[in-house]
Amino acid sequence: MSLYIQCPTCGKRPLEEFFFGEIPKVPDGLTDPDERDVDRAFMHENPEGPVEERWFHAFGCRRWLTVTRDTGTDEIC
Amino acid sequence: MNEFVERLISLRWAEPKNSYDVVIVGGGGHGLAIAYYLATRHGIHNVAVLERGYIGSGNSGRNTTVIRANYGIPEAVRFYQRSLDLYKNLEEATERSLMYRQKGLLWIAHNEMGVRAERARAEVNTAFGAKTEFVEPAQIQEICPQLDMSGGGVWPILGASYHAEASTARHDRVVWALAEGAMQRGVHVHQRTPVTGLLRDGDRIVGVETPNGSINAGLVVAAVGGHATTLADMAGLRLPIRTHPLQAFVTNHYELEFEPIVASADLLFYASQTARGEMLIGAEIDRQPSYSYRAGHHFIQSCSFRAMTLLPFLANLKVLRQWTGICDMSPDYSPIMGATGVDGFYITTGWGTWGFKAIPAGGEQMADLIANGETPELIAPFSLDRFARDRTLADRGSAGTH
Repeated sequence: MSLYIQCPTCGKRPLEEFFFGEIPKVPDGLTDPDERDVDRAFMHENPEGPVEERWFHAFGCRRWLTVTRDTGTDEIC
Repeated sequence: MNEFVERLISLRWAEPKNSYDVVIVGGGGHGLAIAYYLATRHGIHNVAVLERGYIGSGNSGRNTTVIRANYGIPEAVRFYQRSLDLYKNLEEATERSLMYRQKGLLWIAHNEMGVRAERARAEVNTAFGAKTEFVEPAQIQEICPQLDMSGGGVWPILGASYHAEASTARHDRVVWALAEGAMQRGVHVHQRTPVTGLLRDGDRIVGVETPNGSINAGLVVAAVGGHATTLADMAGLRLPIRTHPLQAFVTNHYELEFEPIVASADLLFYASQTARGEMLIGAEIDRQPSYSYRAGHHFIQSCSFRAMTLLPFLANLKVLRQWTGICDMSPDYSPIMGATGVDGFYITTGWGTWGFKAIPAGGEQMADLIANGETPELIAPFSLDRFARDRTLADRGSAGTH
């Protein structure tokens, strides 16, 4: 991971202050309703590349922020 | 590979052929074990193992080498005990020294809930063939005199489950021994050969594409670590897998002997001593999914702090090396093995942070499946379709990341 995350409220802060939230994207819909339920429960995109995800500034302003991170390199864009 | 090892083992590299009966993608422990058991048990020699780096360069060379069977659910205890039994005889079977050493594992409880969990673990293990017993603080201190039984005044040690047969082995040697055993019997291992696509004939997978050309296969087995979903995507298959980094580190030499493997689920760390005398310490996966091998200072700081709570002598040691592996985490913390619903495409994945100990049994059972075309009873519960059938094997408490 990059060592710092840019928080809109607090500025550039060390990674340890943040908790990982989630990648909010719901997987692409499948047509079969049965599979869709399994999808929602268990499936993730697991992409390698830039993703938008939520982080929580737990030891700071305690606000949620959206971060774009490359899961291949861990660079925060 | 250094010259010391090269004198001991003979790896016979061959030119790639256009076609094999079985193509195994991933030259780690699991892929090579499948090839090894296909060749030794079933006489299936027309097999290729494709590895994008060098053999054992993925998680087989990055794990913390713990071999144990003290899981929390019957299916897992039976499977991992089979693996432990195979490991015990693997040196004899491969005629190679794997530096296999039985150490015993203490899984420590710091509160009433933990004590209940470890008592339950001992019961389930005993019932399904693993040797685990609940031990009281006095016995724990005897097994591991270095433990601070007060846990720094914050994490008192109230009890533990003791898994006497827990062991470690040299991970590179396991990989090399299996590769050698397979290659001596005619299996081809091709390094620096990434799979870039899969060949199809209708609905069936009939081969793989590599930068050096395509290879036809009677059957393709996915045994990759970290990039399991990437390969499954090529087959049009979705896997309930996310890729997470897992870090570990070793210290410099500790001058006394540290016999057991010590783990604490509450403090989220485990420690053992390597053959060189280094203290090897690992912890939990990083929470964010990632394919990056980057290691961070934050991990060393938090993990060593927690480890020193129980093992104060660690404070006098220095961190020598730190590394990261990328793990295929399944939703229920159990592996996924067997047929996939895609013709000609088998999979062994979801090895998360617990794959090394499963190498012999995973290889043996997958080889049985390939040779006989029927899923062996031991791995049937671990099929991919268990998620759709609502038969997950939730065992997070036993993953313990080692």
